[in-house]
Amino acid sequence: MASTIGNVTLGESGRLVERHWQELSARRKMYTALGLGLLAVALSASLWFANETNAGKFFDRLPYFFDFIEDLVPRDGMEVVRALFDLPSPYENGSFKYNYPEGRLYLTNSFYIPEYFHKMLETINIAVLSTLIGLGFGFVLSFVAAKNTMSNPWIRGPVRRLMEVLRAFPEVVIAGFFLAVLSLGAVPAIIAVSVHTVGALGKMFFEVVENADMKPQEGLRAAGANWVERIWFGFVPQVMPNFMSYFLLRLEINVRASTIIGAVGGGGIGELLRLSIGQGHEAKTLAIVFLLFMTIFGVDQFSAWLRRRLVGEQAFNAVS
Amino acid sequence: MNTMHPQEMEAVAERHKDLLSQPNRKRLRPLLMVAGLVLYLVSCWWIFSIGDVMRNANWSIAGSYLADWVSYEVRPELEISPDGAMKIDYGRFSPLGANPKPEWVELEYKSVERTEDTLKNAEAGQPRTKSSISFMAAPATTLKIASPAGQPAPSSEAKTEEVISRAVISIDADTRLEVAAKEVRVTHDGQNFVVTVDGQAVTAPIGALPNWASQKRPGEKIVLTFGIKGWAEINGDEVSIRKRFFGWANFVFDTNSPFFGKSVTEVLSTIASGDRIDPSRSNLAFAWNNILYNAEWQHLDVWAKLLQTIVMAFVGTLFASLLAFPLCFMAARNITRNRLLNQVTKRFFDFLRSVDMLIWALFFTRAFGPGPIAGISAIFFTDTGTFGKLYSEALENIDEKQREGVKSVGASPLAVQRFGVLPQVLPVFASQSLYFWESNTRSATIIGAVGAGGIGLKLWEAMRTNSDWENVAYMVVLILFVVFIFDSISNALRSRLIGSPNV
Repeated sequence: MASTIGNVTLGESGRLVERHWQELSARRKMYTALGLGLLAVALSASLWFANETNAGKFFDRLPYFFDFIEDLVPRDGMEVVRALFDLPSPYENGSFKYNYPEGRLYLTNSFYIPEYFHKMLETINIAVLSTLIGLGFGFVLSFVAAKNTMSNPWIRGPVRRLMEVLRAFPEVVIAGFFLAVLSLGAVPAIIAVSVHTVGALGKMFFEVVENADMKPQEGLRAAGANWVERIWFGFVPQVMPNFMSYFLLRLEINVRASTIIGAVGGGGIGELLRLSIGQGHEAKTLAIVFLLFMTIFGVDQFSAWLRRRLVGEQAFNAVS
Repeated sequence: MNTMHPQEMEAVAERHKDLLSQPNRKRLRPLLMVAGLVLYLVSCWWIFSIGDVMRNANWSIAGSYLADWVSYEVRPELEISPDGAMKIDYGRFSPLGANPKPEWVELEYKSVERTEDTLKNAEAGQPRTKSSISFMAAPATTLKIASPAGQPAPSSEAKTEEVISRAVISIDADTRLEVAAKEVRVTHDGQNFVVTVDGQAVTAPIGALPNWASQKRPGEKIVLTFGIKGWAEINGDEVSIRKRFFGWANFVFDTNSPFFGKSVTEVLSTIASGDRIDPSRSNLAFAWNNILYNAEWQHLDVWAKLLQTIVMAFVGTLFASLLAFPLCFMAARNITRNRLLNQVTKRFFDFLRSVDMLIWALFFTRAFGPGPIAGISAIFFTDTGTFGKLYSEALENIDEKQREGVKSVGASPLAVQRFGVLPQVLPVFASQSLYFWESNTRSATIIGAVGAGGIGLKLWEAMRTNSDWENVAYMVVLILFVVFIFDSISNALRSRLIGSPNV
């Protein structure tokens, strides 16, 4: 046992401390090694399982992947631009692969908006509308769920559970159910995204409310204000900037969510992209990906700018 | 504390009017915003034609789909021949098994002599609209059609047959249908209702219809609705009954299993001490196999798909964290003092993030075929971007003092990162990764539906048929369960890592 460190000989208590420290560090190393080992085992088992249950094995499919990438490379610099604005293509062969006349929205006899632009607009509209619906319901629910505005746990608890279920309920099931009832269209997507948004925004909102300053509402209570008045004049002015910041953050997420829901049958650009990839229309795929990329990027930047104006730098601590 | 006299206050307010009264523009802003919002909502109502969609929606179907989540129907059909003899059929995939004898259906049998002639009349008189109902009757019908028409039946060969003469079906304590002697007597809600059926496609009600019965035109079928307990349809030659039971039918053993219909104690005693049903393996293994391959619920498949979803989220998140970890050091402007490299890495993260998870999922499904590899890759690509952004932001917010301290004692650049930076950010990194692990479990469900494998695809397939809503409910319950468990695991780990449940 080491009883000297460098040139210093340790005394009785010094040896005890030294031994204890070494024990601790050995245990810590063991736990770290054990944790990493477990992670490695779990990872390799997962990888094996994923590879086993996939339709094609990873290494068998890798060449196809590169083929697919190769197919995506446009044949000339203008191809994607032509596809994006749906201009006449020199490769035209009668199929819908290069020109896409079916979804055009003719404004005049010769001027038209290509299908993607109004589909993209539809997707954004779905996102905005469902975020607004989520804002409305989340706003009301948050004051019922927060501890400092609702002291009755028998009301607060169920509302919180309700929001948890709304948040965790798979969107795809809601969309599928309403697709069966309402038939194809944007409304099932709106409902699906809204339901999730109500749960998610409600949770964020009530956490904001719980962190709010109680003094204004104490003053209002002293002056004899009722519950609604206390909320409206005591809390709302305080929490509104944060609410708006979360609203914008959710809007970014919902633009993505409505694209995905679109791909499973909710209309909008998602469906178009899925069809285009499935049918092997490379130029069209690239055009839609570019459009989607620009839109999501634009919405993110816009919302970041607006949030920075509303609440300053603190808006960037929250994720999702 | 100085207090002002109200008169003083008024005097001050009088002098600085412009400060205390809001400008018009500012006062109008909330009003304008509300007006804009209303305008937008109205225009959305018009753009998505929500009114039309809601009007055209099939709400009665919605009710029965929702009921299917937690209940099932048993569908006995009574076929009535012109001579009053009846046959009962439960359909091929009845949840009651092959030869059901439920106690809510009371049947009285009698032997009748039926000649070929009467049989032929019986078959020919029925325009068979529901051919799938009775598979046994179908070949007989085609034989009859094949025999030359117009000729009298060659020999009236008399056969003695066991037929149903009277059937009593109780749906509820105060709801029952009694079918006997070409008459259907329905009792519901304290009301009696009698319909005569003659074995042909005509139905003649006696008396006025009660409000729970409906008939579109005289002589057509009568539909009886008994609320959530079920409904019935009376045709001239057939009475179809739908009785709804609460619960999931045959959740453990399907109707083909030898354990089907046995009580728990019976099953347990068979497993523990019964003779081997399958000589090649024990009863326990046999029963377990029966459960796993339950034809209707497909437990093994559902569990495997759920595991795929979990694996997708786990591997995707882990790989993304591993790749984002070195890259974020390049992106953080206080670690790497190279503006170009910072910008390039950050824009790369933005690219990965903004090309949505859906796009990656569709790409990789196309490339690798449907399955978890596509899902893993999609989550990996998107989250590398997200983690890179979050990690590099965490790095840019670190306390510089520790780094300077380590640097000042002459540590190598690597050691500076290891001892000056890493201890500060590692808990934050791990916490972010755990948070996304949990939220990716949810996203993996959704991208699964576009073909990236896992339970999402299975859910989507179950929903597309519109008849397996109970399976959808089962999978949703499993998903909610998994998400809640992961949520609490990730919350517990995160609060241990950074001391509070909030990121």
